[in-house]
Amino acid sequence: MKANSNLERILTSGQFAVTAECGPPKGTLGEVVRRKGESLKFCCDALNVTDNQTAIVRMSSISGCALLKGLGIDPVMQMVVRDRNRIAIQSDILGAVALGIRNMLCLSGDHQKFGNHPSAKGVYDIDSIQLIQIVKRMRDEKKFLNGEDISGEVPLFIGAAANPFADPFEFRVRRLAKKIKAGVDFIQTQAIFDMERFLRWMAMVRDQGLDKKAHILAGIIPIKSVGMARYMAKNVAGITVPKEIVTRMEQAKDAKEEGVKIAIEIIEQIKEIEGVHGVHVMAVAWEDIVPRVVKEAGLMPRPLV
Amino acid sequence: MIIAKQKDMTEIAKMVAPYSRIYVVGCGMCMTYCSAGGPEEVEKLAERLMAGREDLILEKGMIPRQCSEKFIERLEEKTRDFEAILSLGCGNGVQAVAMRFPDKRVLPALDTQFIGIEKESGLWTEMCMACGDCILWRTAGICPVTRCAKGLLNGPCGGSQEGRCEVSNDIPCAWQEIYYGLKRLGILDYLKTEVQIKSWSVRPGRLAREELKPQ
Repeated sequence: MKANSNLERILTSGQFAVTAECGPPKGTLGEVVRRKGESLKFCCDALNVTDNQTAIVRMSSISGCALLKGLGIDPVMQMVVRDRNRIAIQSDILGAVALGIRNMLCLSGDHQKFGNHPSAKGVYDIDSIQLIQIVKRMRDEKKFLNGEDISGEVPLFIGAAANPFADPFEFRVRRLAKKIKAGVDFIQTQAIFDMERFLRWMAMVRDQGLDKKAHILAGIIPIKSVGMARYMAKNVAGITVPKEIVTRMEQAKDAKEEGVKIAIEIIEQIKEIEGVHGVHVMAVAWEDIVPRVVKEAGLMPRPLV
Repeated sequence: MIIAKQKDMTEIAKMVAPYSRIYVVGCGMCMTYCSAGGPEEVEKLAERLMAGREDLILEKGMIPRQCSEKFIERLEEKTRDFEAILSLGCGNGVQAVAMRFPDKRVLPALDTQFIGIEKESGLWTEMCMACGDCILWRTAGICPVTRCAKGLLNGPCGGSQEGRCEVSNDIPCAWQEIYYGLKRLGILDYLKTEVQIKSWSVRPGRLAREELKPQ
């Protein structure tokens, strides 16, 4: 065991994992995080807390994780390189471990231009692959980037994102290989709607044996409304929504029900794909639907390990 | 070259408002080539300033380069009777002139944008940020530090779609261009190795070459 987090135990015991996303509030109420945590804790193995997602200022991921930890939930701290240089990154990692956080997801982050402070200076001192290298070195060698010793252990289960739907397609698997080589233990993918393309991507992943080197969790976004389907199809960087899904949402009598149905169908298909070890449900502003999706996809109860 | 654009007229007017004797000076290098501070622009700006102010005593001129002391020297005589110098140089030029005339007000008429090229008539794009550690040999002659919105050294990120950057459809994804460039050159293997974490040079920059210093 590298970090002995619940997520690591589930995945290394060969079970199909379920993680979900918990967006922290645009404010100071810890209660908001706790409430989301309570409603999700029985349907997932770990909960990601986003890090100023889409560059909108929110409560920090590290503090959201600490609040979840207090409820006995295994948190996944997300960290983007957009807002921190190598000094702040390493310092936050030390603090996160001290607070009991055992999983970390290394990300570039959405560009600050998309957020609510679009004129902010982006940091990008290092990139996401270099962040993985840094965390691995901190964990495995107990050394900072500069080679100095760290006092204490840095047990972290290291995650990263992968987007099978970005371009150039043929480079996407190479980039995943780079992340795995850099030291990643698990991958949470961008939300999957285009199953055909995901299947092609997974075939390439298996061809290179990458599914044996890192645990791949497939991203799921339950679509709440027709507007959301259209918006994601058009405006969200890195997400592709096929026309037929938008049409299904448009023609449905009850759009929310259809959204749940689509999410469950996607999970059912994903469960059958060789090399996929779990799902990551990102129910943006619709967290209370997650227990139902997980249950109806046949993934309840969650195993105890 | 260095690319700049003229400031808003309101800001320029506000800057020069306290002064009635102004010398307007353009630059014959980059600022002329990017049509921000050449003879034509000096002429036009002087005209507009004069139109708004009857009290103004204004003269105008050009020097070949505002970032070179030997050319700035030529302003000594010309600007003697003026309180303020309105420079159509880049930020570098304005400062060099200000350094030479510490007792005069030296004002910037331009906003310096970046080091770049004229892509087509009326369109300039940034190419280099003078980071001090060139990796262009590994990236098919395309600088990710400058031309990737996130400055990624191991791109492209998940926001790259159909050759465009997530930030804007007007910005090509530098990493996609790098990928196809390396592929064309048959050196895609360059992408397999992780690029080492960059050492950012200390700013302000300072370059000393002993062999060129006076003995």
